[in-house]
Amino acid sequence: MMRDAADTVTPGFQVDDPVALQQGFGQLLKQNRLAMIGLAVFVVFFCIALLGLGLTSGRNPTFDPSVVRLQEKLRPPLSKPNLETLSTEDVPRLGVYLFGTDDLGRDVFARMLQGAWVSLTVGFVAVGISVFIGIFMGGIAGYFGQRHTFIDTLIMRFVDIMLCFPSFFLILTVVALLPASMYNIMIIIGLTSWMGTTRFVRAEFLSLREQDFVTAARALGVSNFRIIFRHMIPNAIAPVLVSATIGIASAILTEAGLSFLGFGVPPPHATWGGILSDGKRFIFDAPWLTFAPGFAILIVVLSFNLFGEGLRDILNPKLRERQG
Amino acid sequence: MDNGKDILLSVQDLKVYFHLNQRLAQAVDGVSYEVRKGETVCLVGESGCGKTVSALTTLGLIPQPPGEIAGGQVLFKGQNLLDLGDDEMQKIRGNHIAMVFQEPMTSLNPVFTVGDQVQEAIMVHEKVSKTELRQRSVQLLEDVGLPAPEERLADYPHQLSGGQRQRVMIAMALACNPEVVIADEPTTALDVTIQAQILNLFGELQRERDLSLLYITHDLGVVANIADRIYIMYAGIIVEQGSAPEIFHDPRHPYTQGLLASLPNRAKRGARLHSIPGTVPDPAYKPGGCPFHPRCNLAIETCQSRFPEMCDYGNGHQSRCPVLYDGNG
Repeated sequence: MMRDAADTVTPGFQVDDPVALQQGFGQLLKQNRLAMIGLAVFVVFFCIALLGLGLTSGRNPTFDPSVVRLQEKLRPPLSKPNLETLSTEDVPRLGVYLFGTDDLGRDVFARMLQGAWVSLTVGFVAVGISVFIGIFMGGIAGYFGQRHTFIDTLIMRFVDIMLCFPSFFLILTVVALLPASMYNIMIIIGLTSWMGTTRFVRAEFLSLREQDFVTAARALGVSNFRIIFRHMIPNAIAPVLVSATIGIASAILTEAGLSFLGFGVPPPHATWGGILSDGKRFIFDAPWLTFAPGFAILIVVLSFNLFGEGLRDILNPKLRERQG
Repeated sequence: MDNGKDILLSVQDLKVYFHLNQRLAQAVDGVSYEVRKGETVCLVGESGCGKTVSALTTLGLIPQPPGEIAGGQVLFKGQNLLDLGDDEMQKIRGNHIAMVFQEPMTSLNPVFTVGDQVQEAIMVHEKVSKTELRQRSVQLLEDVGLPAPEERLADYPHQLSGGQRQRVMIAMALACNPEVVIADEPTTALDVTIQAQILNLFGELQRERDLSLLYITHDLGVVANIADRIYIMYAGIIVEQGSAPEIFHDPRHPYTQGLLASLPNRAKRGARLHSIPGTVPDPAYKPGGCPFHPRCNLAIETCQSRFPEMCDYGNGHQSRCPVLYDGNG
């Protein structure tokens, strides 16, 4: 009964009308409180990561994550530095260790800032790569699959093969073989996570291919390439967007996991997973060393997942009314 | 009929089959028709008789597989379009032969503005500057009678009514001044008043631009308004062809006669409308002999076994019913 009512009470929205979806998009997003919280946290995280890049890099950074103060090691959060034993340039800029210091006396707040940028770029670049490959492969498989069945079979069986690998161990193996760098990590995560997007896009294309406007575009002499990339992909982007948002969360998690295991971004550069890993030796003496990065990862991943779920509800008219 | 006019599009003995789960659907089974410069040709038939398939084949838009072009030729200005590769075909589509589809609601891409889509139709075949592109699309929309064309450019398809969308589709079809426009039941999805407007529009555009129009429909009322020549299709073959007055006043095939008798008119007011018994055969299970014989009131024994030849009544009027032909001498 409830479902029937929900399905019929959608005046003003056509199920297959992405423009109508766009118009109600802002309003629906506002109604979905969890998604809004997710989006807000994401925006804050984005700003912090950008600020973090500016404040922790350069020759004389505002927050220097690499200053070692052995006499100040394992200070708890919000403790004040001992000004007598520190040279002036080593004093933290805020006059207080916001998140405490680690076993080498480095400012955890500064290191967290630096790590935020790593998480952000790894998340976005890796997902960017996987979405690009996913759209390309899915688009080709879905569009040409009818005429050239072997292309479809080839791509989709390759997807199946890739899905058979436990991807985290595949990543571990590849990372062990390649020189450790942030870019390798991004590329590898991207190259092992495109399969879901490919399946989504192919499924969308299978139905879009039969739509009248695709035939109409062909009747006008529009090339296959242009039909795929200009006419069909914008119509298929909604589920890709959802999976990309959730994909960012899982890419950040994967990177943190790799760093935790010591296969991530190489040491002088701070990452959340790395801080967590270093801190685990002092988990009872200095719990803030594990708490700060752990909590940061939790919040960011949770916010992306909430936003992704919210997006899916908003873009899916059948689920939409349940939000109320 | 003027034979001196040059033939632009000529379809000869076209056969299009579909392979469906072990069955072979002979959707179009040896169809020939021609379109001359500046004339309106109507392809008439019930749903499923192969009219749309034969039109789509003309532009190479039949998905293969499951479709298969089993024979015949599509000659455009003497060139067989079925021999052309995909790239060459793209230059023909929209540029020389354009098509207007049945469903204006779904034939426009929902995520782009009307302006984008009309401009794309021009851009695909011609390199023109942005300002000229805009001018031409406004002009096109004005030509097809869309009010306030400047403002419509920024509208999305869902903001337009069905009739307006069909006008946009027509504008897109005309974007590169094609010689032939194939209109596949362009008014079926519209209500009657809009239908009349669109038909008038086709008439005007055709006169102004000297277009050849291949109009596909099942509506004999529409045909009466616009046709120069008519082809009646049944179950994948042409059963009768001739000029509009001949078909309407002197039909020589029992199917055409049945169709005309089914039309409502004043004389039959209050009376039950005539109907042809039975339904169109499934293209995969066509009856042998004359495909119409199970529904025909004139059928004789030979109709079940012998495929009827075209009988010529002169002046281009031909019909595939030997029974009527022999009867009239």
